[in-house]
Order: sequence, then structure tokens, then C-alpha cells
Amino acid sequence: MSTAILDNKPNVPEVIPTFTATLIIRRFDPDVDDEPRWQDFDVEVYPTDRILDALHKIKWEQDGSLTFRRSCAHGVCGSDAMRINGRNRLACKTLIKDLDLSKPIYVEAIKGLPLEKDLVVNMDPFFESFKAVQPFLIASSKPDKERLQSVTQRARFDDTTKCILCAACTSSCPVFWTDGQYFGPAAIVNAHRFIFDSRDEGAQVRLDILNDKEGVWRCRTTFNCTDACPRGIEVTKAIAEVKQAIIRGKV
Amino acid sequence: MWSWVLHRITGVAIYFFLLVHILDTSLVRLSPEAYNAVIGTYKTPIMGLGELALVIAIGYHALNGLRIILIDFWSVGTRYQKLMWYIVLILWVILIAGFAPRQLMHVFGS
Repeated sequence: MSTAILDNKPNVPEVIPTFTATLIIRRFDPDVDDEPRWQDFDVEVYPTDRILDALHKIKWEQDGSLTFRRSCAHGVCGSDAMRINGRNRLACKTLIKDLDLSKPIYVEAIKGLPLEKDLVVNMDPFFESFKAVQPFLIASSKPDKERLQSVTQRARFDDTTKCILCAACTSSCPVFWTDGQYFGPAAIVNAHRFIFDSRDEGAQVRLDILNDKEGVWRCRTTFNCTDACPRGIEVTKAIAEVKQAIIRGKV
Repeated sequence: MWSWVLHRITGVAIYFFLLVHILDTSLVRLSPEAYNAVIGTYKTPIMGLGELALVIAIGYHALNGLRIILIDFWSVGTRYQKLMWYIVLILWVILIAGFAPRQLMHVFGS
């Protein structure tokens, strides 16, 4: 069947239209620069290209020194969160044609974490907060088979299981920008994932950790995190549920 | 985020007014004459416009405060936060539309 389709096709390769996108990237090389600087690049891209493809093109064809993180390039690993046109997004999930092309596209590193080079930030403070909420199953029972859970019990924390730890939420939070000690939305989301898991027994421990001055009460419900999440997690809702659990003293 | 920024700005503005207001009111214990003189300045157009700004600030802070309470304590509040913000803005405009003409007539009228 595939040969039949091939026969019908003309031999001339179809011309896929391209367009020029202007990217203005905030560059910083700690060995040379004292301050970050903006540099613009013109890239020829396809309508199917994402910001990540444009960054690749720049790195491979124009300036090999451009530094950014990416791994899977398909919105799963959470490596390439960056600030694109003032909004935190994943470069691999942002189609260039969906952006406002009448203006250049501004690309910079996520805010609130120490800038290392170009689009790369030091993620250590972010992962320290993540570790601090004990994001693993705490259970004393050792069942012979699986730990049973009803559909309703599973649905209770389904939303927060989707987190890929890209830091788009935490680095979009104005509270986190000014107070780096704040646990941040991502850590609370991952605490929520276990606090409301019926198989887990460590809810009270995590609620005590988050009942801290730098815990959930720092949240001012600006909803930046919910808007930024590339996985569509209702982050502010999860934080609100943790607040409620602390107030009521029960999950 | 802008709902929060506006809430902060109006909150800080109201705080500074309250500080001044407590000071001018406490003057009455020191000397009623000084109190009358200070309160008399509230009749000037600048203070009249200041009062208008104060009502505008308090109006937003109060309405958005109710929205924040609903976000915190209503189980689906976070889901309707945007809709609630638009409602806050509409009520705020209605409030200003009701108060501003009266106040301006009072300040600049005969």
C-alpha cells in the first residue's frame, strides 16, 4: 500500500515555507562579562519549529558558545524551562509561530536562581527545597503484594504527580524572587503529592515542615505558578490544599 | 500577579494614611485648637483629592481582600480566581463611579 501512495506523488520535493524569527537572547559568560547583555539572532525557521529548535540552529550554525540545558526535548525531562517573552515556558513546548512575531522574541534564563551562564542557572537551591519536603513514600507496613488504593484515593493527588521539576513555577513566583529561602511552589507540589497519598504515613511530618515561616504561608496567591506550569498543574490550588490541611490539622 | 501588585500598593498606601490619621486624631488630646487646625486642612482641594484616592484604594483592597478570602477558604476558589478578579474590578469601577462625582462636586463645587 505504501508503494501505491509513493507512485501517486510527484517527484519534486514539496517546498515547506519558512520564515525569519528574531531572537533576542540574554547572554552571560562569567569569564568575560560583568553584567548580562542582550544579543540578537535572526534564524530561518519552519512553522513546526519550537524555540528549542531555534536555539539549536543558533548554537549549531551561528554561535557555538550559546549555552542552555535540554535533554529529552519533548516536554518530559523539564530541563529547558526559560523565560520566553516574559513568561516561563519550556523551550521544547513553545511553537515559534504561536508567539507574537511582529516583535522580536526575548529569551532569558529563569529568574530567582543564580545565573551561571547564558540560559543556565544553578538549580541547587531549587532541589534543596525539593529534598527538604521528603518527596518519597514513607510507609511502615510491608505488604506481600502491592499497596491497594481506590480510584478516588488515587485521584486525590493525581494533579501533583504530573510535576517534572522544571522550576518554571518556582522561578515565576515574586515571593521566591525576593526571598530565596521560601520553599517555592514546586517543593510544595511535591509535598502535596505524598501528603494526600493514602499509602503514605508521613503527611504530618511534611505538614510540620511546610508550616514554617518560609513554608506555605509565604504564598500570596499571585497565581504566577499556575500560569507558568507547562504540565497544567493547578499549583496554587495544591498550595491552598496544603494550607487547609495545616489549619484543620488533618489531611 | 497584577491583582496582587495592586493589592500591595493600595495596602501600603492605606497603611501610611492610617499612620497620619492616628497622629492627627490623637492631637485632640494634646490641644483641641491644633486638632481643629489640622482637621481644617482636610477641606483643601488637595486633601479632597487625597480622600478620593483613599476611597479608591480602600475600595480595591476591600473587594480584593474578599476575593483572597474566597481563594483561601472556598474549596474551588482557586479555580474561579480570574473570574472573581474581573468581578472585583467591575464592582470597584461602580464604586468609584458612585463616589467620585459626589466627592469632586464637594471639593470643587461652591
